[in-house]
Amino acid sequence: MSEKLLMKGNEVIAEAALRAGCRHYFGYPITPQTEVAHYMAKKMEQIGGVFVQAESEVAAINMVYGAASTGKRVMTSSSSPGISLKQEGISYSACAELPMVIVDVVRCGPGLGGILPAQCDYFQIVKGGGHGDYNLVVFAPSSIQELYELVVHAFNVADQYRNPVVILGDGYLGQMMEAVEFKDEEVINKVEKPWATVGTNMEREHNVITSIYIEADVLEAHNNKLQAKYRAIEANETMVEEFNCEGADVIVTAYGTVARIVKNVIKDAAKEGIKVGLIRPITLWPFPKASFEKYAETPKGFLCVEMSAGQMVEDVRLAINGKNSVDFHGRTGGNVPSQKDIMAIVREIAARK
Amino acid sequence: MSIVFDRPHALVDKPLHYCPGCTHGIIHRLVAEVIDELGIEGKTVGVSPVGCTYNNYEYFNCDMVQAAHGRAPAVATGIRRSLPDNVVFTYQGDGDLAAIGTAEIVHAATRGERITTIFVNNAIYGMTSGQMAPTTLVGQVSTTTPFGRKPELHGYPVKVCELLSTLEGAVYIERVAVNNVQNIKKAKAAIKKAFELQLAGKGFTLVEVLSTCPTNWGMNPVKSIKWLEENMMPHYKLGVYKDISAE
Repeated sequence: MSEKLLMKGNEVIAEAALRAGCRHYFGYPITPQTEVAHYMAKKMEQIGGVFVQAESEVAAINMVYGAASTGKRVMTSSSSPGISLKQEGISYSACAELPMVIVDVVRCGPGLGGILPAQCDYFQIVKGGGHGDYNLVVFAPSSIQELYELVVHAFNVADQYRNPVVILGDGYLGQMMEAVEFKDEEVINKVEKPWATVGTNMEREHNVITSIYIEADVLEAHNNKLQAKYRAIEANETMVEEFNCEGADVIVTAYGTVARIVKNVIKDAAKEGIKVGLIRPITLWPFPKASFEKYAETPKGFLCVEMSAGQMVEDVRLAINGKNSVDFHGRTGGNVPSQKDIMAIVREIAARK
Repeated sequence: MSIVFDRPHALVDKPLHYCPGCTHGIIHRLVAEVIDELGIEGKTVGVSPVGCTYNNYEYFNCDMVQAAHGRAPAVATGIRRSLPDNVVFTYQGDGDLAAIGTAEIVHAATRGERITTIFVNNAIYGMTSGQMAPTTLVGQVSTTTPFGRKPELHGYPVKVCELLSTLEGAVYIERVAVNNVQNIKKAKAAIKKAFELQLAGKGFTLVEVLSTCPTNWGMNPVKSIKWLEENMMPHYKLGVYKDISAE
């Protein structure tokens, strides 16, 4: 029988990682994700796993780089300013093709900003953040149950493609408690890692993990290989929820916690006779362009709602490609878009000819 | 006819790219000889730094991981914690270890990570063409101290062995030089001891090797050795700074 528990999001992240076979965690304290580290510190010591509180986020991501080099399932977690510090190591890891799971429980910025929830890390996670041409697979759960399932899935995707994978959640997901139903057994894709640096045992040529390719053609060939991998990920790993979109008057798009607010707006609008659809990207990269293309000409207009000054909206506009209007509503500083405010914009769009 | 001197197995049969007179080649060979003598090549993972030796993963036959600038001790921590029965070493220069990577080396030592660091100090940035290193001596000319290092402008050269030997997690810290045969033998003995203490699970070990950079010092190899002896050795005194096995 599966187990149903009431748990805090940050603890679910840690528990899901353990269930996915992660026995190596390296982190540095930062609000609002520190409970991940608390949970890991306790559990890893009990089960003989590895927990290291690093001296900085910079060190933590490089410890992850080292552990991932040995082929172990490994995770780190942080929040926005800490993720900024990890970006160097993330770029190196993407280039060296190291599987790892990075959790970003986003808080409001820029700068030290504040500790309240936000979605203002879309650019730094989805568009790179670190240097060079690389992509991270980015999952954006919107409930604690989905958070659990996506963390487990993230480890499988990371291993399958030899690529860093990010769980991008806002502070609400980390801090709130919700029921979560754990499976009896997780689906764990066992991937052979003949490339891992675990010692040659004098039985093979030495393995090298590196992200430096000094010669132009060699580096370009490596970039081409990475790009081919990214195209495969786009083809196979895109995840999206399309809700109520057929014949919708207005289609709202949002991810994470904000998508839940939109679902309430959909109910309110229905009472007024306005049909509102929702496109909720579950993977922010690869971005579910096809869903937007499919419904581009369906509604009177699109509305993108975020807890940011407007980041994902750029990808929405690229996907719609001028075929429809895309309005934006966002709140920053830790404020949350209200049902009332979203509803007012929905009414205005629905009234357009 | 019998072979009495050969390339260590742990060293790949490949020409090194280092400048003439640079002592990295000697130090690479010493590390490889120690790996051979201890019979640990098959379970050793080395970590390459950023600097002149960024690609020494091409020269060592054991598994190798290339790290970001200064981060080798953190990368080594991740590897060593994942492979508790293996041997892990980092090979770092003075810019990598004592400037950008100061936090990583101090905390790897603080935690007593069971790794061995080969720290090559030639008092200058080599790869980026002769800038001031944290270990550049007072008065020493570099491309970023064109009129010599002045303490009032550039601060003082850092003494890594002295600094790290205050940390409880560090179990063996020694400074050696490769300026003559006698010292090269001592350097090898120090490197071997560091690896042996790691194998015994004791804690963090580091061997600082005073080295030359004829290209960026603007001297020929013979003069470089002389400069090392007359200038570096009085400031960076050779010797054992910490050895728990002797206590």
